[in-house]
Amino acid sequence: MSEELISAITEMRETDALRIARDLLESGTPPLEVLDACREAMGIIGQRFEDGECFVPELIMAGEMLSQISEMAKPHLEEEEGEETAETLGTVVVGTVEGDIHDIGKDLVIFMLDVNGFEVIDLGVDVPPARFVDAVQDHGAEIVGLSGFLTLAYEPMKSTVEALQDAGLGDVQVMIGGGQVDEQVRTYTGADAYGRDAQAAVRLAKQWMGG
Amino acid sequence: MFTPSENWDALSREERSEARFSSWMSTEDREFDTPEAEETYRRRAQRVKDIVALKKPDRVPVLPWIGGYFAEYAGFTPHDIMYDPQAYSEAWMTFNEDFKPDYLIFAGNANPGEAFETLDYKVYRWPGHGVNEQTSFQCIEDEYMRADEYDLLIADPERYYMSRYMPRAFGALEGLGMLPSVFTTMEMPIIPAYIIPIGLPGVRASFEALLKAGEQALAYNTAAMQSDAKLKATYGMPSLPGGVTKAPFDIIGDTLRGTRGIMLDLYRRPEKVLAACERLVPIAVQMGVETATAQDNPFVFIPLHKGADSFMSRDDFRKFYWPTFKAVILGLVEQGLVPYHLVEGAYNERLDIIRDPDIPAGTTYWSFDQTDMKAAKEALGGWACIAGNVPASMLHSGTPEQVEAYVKELIDTVGQDGGYAVSNGAVLEHAKPENLRAMLETTKSYGVYN
Repeated sequence: MSEELISAITEMRETDALRIARDLLESGTPPLEVLDACREAMGIIGQRFEDGECFVPELIMAGEMLSQISEMAKPHLEEEEGEETAETLGTVVVGTVEGDIHDIGKDLVIFMLDVNGFEVIDLGVDVPPARFVDAVQDHGAEIVGLSGFLTLAYEPMKSTVEALQDAGLGDVQVMIGGGQVDEQVRTYTGADAYGRDAQAAVRLAKQWMGG
Repeated sequence: MFTPSENWDALSREERSEARFSSWMSTEDREFDTPEAEETYRRRAQRVKDIVALKKPDRVPVLPWIGGYFAEYAGFTPHDIMYDPQAYSEAWMTFNEDFKPDYLIFAGNANPGEAFETLDYKVYRWPGHGVNEQTSFQCIEDEYMRADEYDLLIADPERYYMSRYMPRAFGALEGLGMLPSVFTTMEMPIIPAYIIPIGLPGVRASFEALLKAGEQALAYNTAAMQSDAKLKATYGMPSLPGGVTKAPFDIIGDTLRGTRGIMLDLYRRPEKVLAACERLVPIAVQMGVETATAQDNPFVFIPLHKGADSFMSRDDFRKFYWPTFKAVILGLVEQGLVPYHLVEGAYNERLDIIRDPDIPAGTTYWSFDQTDMKAAKEALGGWACIAGNVPASMLHSGTPEQVEAYVKELIDTVGQDGGYAVSNGAVLEHAKPENLRAMLETTKSYGVYN
């Protein structure tokens, strides 16, 4: 049955995926097993995304199926299980930089990091440098992801990198991404790396965490 | 304003195009300060006409895509230029006098902040209104059209916009949702059904807001456009592009359903997305024709968004994006217009698709951002003119030497036999002036054809 669920999700058959998940949960399949199947499906979709076989519609649809199934599984989870925090690969603070209010790219990155086992702190959009600094300190994050759609993101990206350094957080790895971000912008902002898409963010984060 | 001849319907596509270009290039009804300015105007217009026709002009044209950069350059904030039309006019004058580009490029910068406040516009945030005064306006994606409203849009797009979209997009226009169909005006005894609701306080308030916004926008525009007229008269700068429209998929994806909404719709209700795109084709064509005709300009600006490489697969592009986009192109070309595409992001996986045998050679213009220019020349050469793609990042944080080398490389590799213009890839908000100057100067000196 889990195999069927994985196929339904990876083939973007939403109605089937939800029906199979419901059947599994109602017939007593441990909810964590169902969620593991979802995670496996997300891994496959992530790989296809990286291979250029999956695009934005598939990532958004996969995220939609995952959140519906997670909701469905919640009542079936024992309290301890619900509280149990799975081991994470690391903590990543992600936000769209100050002055920029675009969230689509950022949300795709967060989704991919999350399904790949990272703890992600989403700071939202139009985030001032000081909030990135606070969040890194509060959560002990190892990585920061700065998102920005337009050229107006260049300056705030640079200020954020500087603010992290000034706060003594120079060891934190910073990745930047967005429509007009490239190596030239990476150099300018002083970030550690840039990525073209959500899968690049996962690759970088895994590399930095030694995974 | 371009006035089509009485026998317009009997004209061929080529004749219509020639009529529009002649009207745009004619200096008879335009005022110039000097004969030199008049001659410069003609030469610049001819230059871009030549590249569309895939010919070699006197030199490679240069068309910088300027967003809020002109304000920054002249020492104004994005807030200044939306709220003070004198500041807009002054900044635009300073920028164009100092940089001397070949054309006055339309990039949607003359936006009257007060009018948008009056309307309580929700779809964008702008300086001092949702983003800080140093930051340019930005779109807020949301589901302004609900997933279950496709049939309403398809049945009557104009009424849908009036009664559903506008009340959501403009807080001050909620009353428009109470307006009855205009068809109630067809008989005297039915007309009261149309006009009575207009007397209701909510509807009245909406019309009053529209009236006020109209006055504010007109006053702003009159003051802001002073520099345009002066620049044309003094320096002979033609405006480019003239009209504007959008690809049907982007009309729905950008401000009706949003990216998230439309991407889910591709799986949940694909047939509705296709039907709605189809329904919007004549509307998109009409919008392009009307705006270009009003501007007396043969070019129609079409910014391309959600069909780029990173957004969807080639199959989805072929199925959902291209057929109705192509229909809009053909509709414009048939009316003698040149669709001027600003291809945002990359189109490397689309080049073979857009080179469609149904689209006549020498009728379209493709300005690229991150698309591989050599591949674009290879795929589209001899069929359509291309422009681009000096990176925004290089203009912002590179060096003039870097820009010069990049522009020379472009001219050497894709500009040798005409059909090409130098442009920056993405609309520019921030740059080093010396970098932008290097782009313009290098093109002007290195881009001369023998």
